[in-house]
Amino acid sequence: MSIDTVVVEHVIVMVLLTLLIVVAIGIIVLNDLLAAIILSGLYSIISATVFVAMDAVDVAFTEAAVGAGISTIILLGALSFTKRIQKPQEYTNYWALLIVCVTGGALIYGTLDMPRYGDPSSPANSNAQVAQHYLTQSKAEIDVPNVVTSVLASYRSYDTLGETAVVFTAAIGVLSLMGLRRRRRKEDPTVSEKQQRRQQNEETK
Amino acid sequence: MQKKITQQRHRVVQVITKFLIPMILLFAFYVQFHGDFGPGGGFQAGVIFASAFILHGLIFGEARTRLVVSPNALRISMSFGLLLYAGTGVVSLLFGGNYLDYSVLLSNPIAGQHWGIFAVELGVGITVGAVMISLFYCFSSRRDFSEEAAFPIAHNGLDSDD
Repeated sequence: MSIDTVVVEHVIVMVLLTLLIVVAIGIIVLNDLLAAIILSGLYSIISATVFVAMDAVDVAFTEAAVGAGISTIILLGALSFTKRIQKPQEYTNYWALLIVCVTGGALIYGTLDMPRYGDPSSPANSNAQVAQHYLTQSKAEIDVPNVVTSVLASYRSYDTLGETAVVFTAAIGVLSLMGLRRRRRKEDPTVSEKQQRRQQNEETK
Repeated sequence: MQKKITQQRHRVVQVITKFLIPMILLFAFYVQFHGDFGPGGGFQAGVIFASAFILHGLIFGEARTRLVVSPNALRISMSFGLLLYAGTGVVSLLFGGNYLDYSVLLSNPIAGQHWGIFAVELGVGITVGAVMISLFYCFSSRRDFSEEAAFPIAHNGLDSDD
């Protein structure tokens, strides 16, 4: 019975990954940008399901919330400034296709060397100071039932500090580019700058 | 008159949203503080917390959401969350341990770890929530929509307006 469970789990993951490929092809091919944004949200939800099938529920939670939630709303906000239908591409670039295929082939060839999925004797899983220490000593040293939280917030809290700083820096970047102040359509600042420059040119003449 | 028509058109959604927003906030707090016992933690909780205010902004107009959560409060919260995280490390330094070594925060090392993780995840949650709401404000403030929806997407003739 346990062998059947493993096979069923692998089949589910394979089906979901195939769905991911189909959705990705749909995003590339579609000209309707609103449909492409909805498909990208769907991509995130299917990724979250793949993570749940692999027993990684914290990651699935974050992927669903950020990918299918916030990303979709930010993309919709960006879409509201432009047209909904993408202009169809007028040319096909065969050199770019060749380079992408060669790079993808090289990456797939590189993954043939990786350890088997879920292999307990792989270097990452069998390292006594890192992975084994976290799994065996977390209850005694931190006493938090969720090992993912204990690794994220205690054993590797320096990395999480860096992640939080990255989120903060991204916000600073967006705020410095766009700003939080409301701009009225009548008082468009770029238009008034052009008028000011025109007035200055006329005054210096 | 355009304002009244818009409000009446969205009446059902407004009522349901007013019912849903406290539930979403409560779920965000649950995910934040039960990250120790189940899936959850700071990042997920911050995103869910922000999504409640984004929902409010989408339905009621971004101007009303700005009255609830002002951009100044967001700027202060963003910085405060990161300061809380880094400050916990500095407090550990002051108590004699390494940076971000929670065992020295309290007399019992296990309790020190618990409270250290609590403070750190709270900092992460506050920062992520404030950042997400700020991003929403940035995108929806580029035009003056007054009472309309936050993101008017062109319907290309598919809209069933009167």
